[in-house]
Amino acid sequence: MFSLERWLEVFEAINKNKLRTFLTGFSVATGILILVLLLGVGEGMKNGVEEQFQRDAANQISVYTGVTGVEYKGLNPGRRIQFKNNDYDLLVENFGDELEYKSSVYRIWTGLTSYKDKSGSYRLEGVLPNYQFLERAGMIEGRFINENDQANSTKNVVIGKKVREELFEDKNPLGKLIEIRDINFKVVGVFQDPGGDREESKVFMAISTMQKVFGAGQDIRNLSFTLPQEESFDVALEKSNQLISKLEAMLKAKHTVSPLDNSAINISNSIENSKRFYDLTANIKLFFWLIGLASLLAGIIGVSNIMLIIVKERTKEIGIRKALGAKPMSIVGMVLHESIFVTAVSGFMGLIVGLVLLEFVGPMINTEFISNPEVSFNIAISTVIVLVLAGAVAGFFPAWRGAKIKPINALREE
Amino acid sequence: MIEIKDLHKSYKIGKNSLHVLKGINFSVEEGELVSIMGSSGSGKSTLLNILGMLDEADLGTYHLDGVEIKNLTEKIAANYRNKFLGFIFQSFNLINYKSALDNVALPLYYQNINRKERMERAMSYLEKVGLADWAKHLPNELSGGQKQRVAIARALAGQPKVILADELTGALDSTTSYEIMHLIQEINDEGKTILVVTHEEDIAQMTKRIVNLKDGVIIDDRKIEQVKALANV
Repeated sequence: MFSLERWLEVFEAINKNKLRTFLTGFSVATGILILVLLLGVGEGMKNGVEEQFQRDAANQISVYTGVTGVEYKGLNPGRRIQFKNNDYDLLVENFGDELEYKSSVYRIWTGLTSYKDKSGSYRLEGVLPNYQFLERAGMIEGRFINENDQANSTKNVVIGKKVREELFEDKNPLGKLIEIRDINFKVVGVFQDPGGDREESKVFMAISTMQKVFGAGQDIRNLSFTLPQEESFDVALEKSNQLISKLEAMLKAKHTVSPLDNSAINISNSIENSKRFYDLTANIKLFFWLIGLASLLAGIIGVSNIMLIIVKERTKEIGIRKALGAKPMSIVGMVLHESIFVTAVSGFMGLIVGLVLLEFVGPMINTEFISNPEVSFNIAISTVIVLVLAGAVAGFFPAWRGAKIKPINALREE
Repeated sequence: MIEIKDLHKSYKIGKNSLHVLKGINFSVEEGELVSIMGSSGSGKSTLLNILGMLDEADLGTYHLDGVEIKNLTEKIAANYRNKFLGFIFQSFNLINYKSALDNVALPLYYQNINRKERMERAMSYLEKVGLADWAKHLPNELSGGQKQRVAIARALAGQPKVILADELTGALDSTTSYEIMHLIQEINDEGKTILVVTHEEDIAQMTKRIVNLKDGVIIDDRKIEQVKALANV
């Protein structure tokens, strides 16, 4: 089937029919190229939209305390509930495996902060290292609070971009000492936050540091955590509701709060907001699947069309070859061999050009809604293989018909 | 060499059946040079197609070199054509993207002969038809007469038992026609069996035997005094 003689024959035909080969190859290559670019842009668009709506995606749950509203077990209403570190431990012990990111938070609403002659009043938050992801704080310089800061209660702080601009202007803040409420802290990092100025005028430190330095003992203002993204909104909703009701019951029991009390323990869940995001990504996925399938189909039709034309064009040659003793299968083999070879080679060329374009030009186009356009190599390769196979199947029938034509009829063709 | 008995062939055209060959009895000995003559519609092309296994008869028997030709599958027909027959056509039917040499070598490709030997043999046949210097040329760089010579070399290359020529001079002027017929006579003189379909009387006179077809039957079959083509060039 794949003898050297056949290859020589095919190469001769390719060599002597440069225009035909070029046109076939060109259309297959551009088809693949467009397909790859389309898939890439689709992926980029999905990435972009995901980035844009990432805040919405997070099923962030926050638990904070208030004042009891109903009398319970002889305790009067109006009693203030205070979370301690062991409430956080309770959360981690019981639900640690189901959570994505988690942190306890202690907050001081205003903290006078100064560096040399500049000063400002900022929100102080004591947090755990995970809080970076809960806040979606992106580090511009340095690092976020880490486990070491928490374990040793180091006086390291991470400041927001706004804080940096106000205190340091264009000087490098890393390693500098700033004074917060007359106590020296070392700046180890600067963060930015998609929430803008308000979110960026904050100062973070380890919660253990904050509790010690500002005399908060074991107190915690709230528990903050996220659940991982699920396949669909319904699954996410069910999981979060289950977890919330269990956690609420546990905390109420621990703090002797009536199960009917609505004000002592408050849980805010952002999952309803994420519904839009789940719908959106599902729709985008569907949309680009459809586009991908449609372009694949168009590609298959295009390749089939070319094959049909090639066979038609070669009818007379087929007649001559048959008169000279070519067997039908050898005709089919010859036509398919040539076209599969041409489509495969040009398909891969289109693929490579597409991947190179995505690789090098992709990062340059970073508009709001397209980010990091890329296409999985496996998908791209399978697309090429599908196209080549489709071309072969589509080419087989005309080739077979061509081989079946009586030579005398084929020879009359002009 | 060729033995045909009571050959019938009809074509269906719509509802009507057209009886083209109505009982042909005909035989050709080895080394003969026969012309089949007749006006258009006489059935001469149909006869040639059946002889060339490009078409099959409805009735009757056909033996070629002692082998009975019947119930041909495409594959077997291809095999027989390759082994037994060489074709020469009015419109040359060379593959236009192949050089003269490669065209001549093509039947040998289908005999599974290796490339080197193919080229050597093809070259010797090109020399025989006087076109060795044109081996690398494409068909469209050759004159009509030269194309037909290439086609003759190709028909010879497969070393067939019989050469079938369909109006081989139909597209050529008379001088070139006679040159081609001279070549055919030479090949015949070396012992090759050749059948020529023609409607030109002067071409027929250059063969050794004329078979006249009319309305699907042979009306006349006679040996003649061969006119040497060279005398007319």
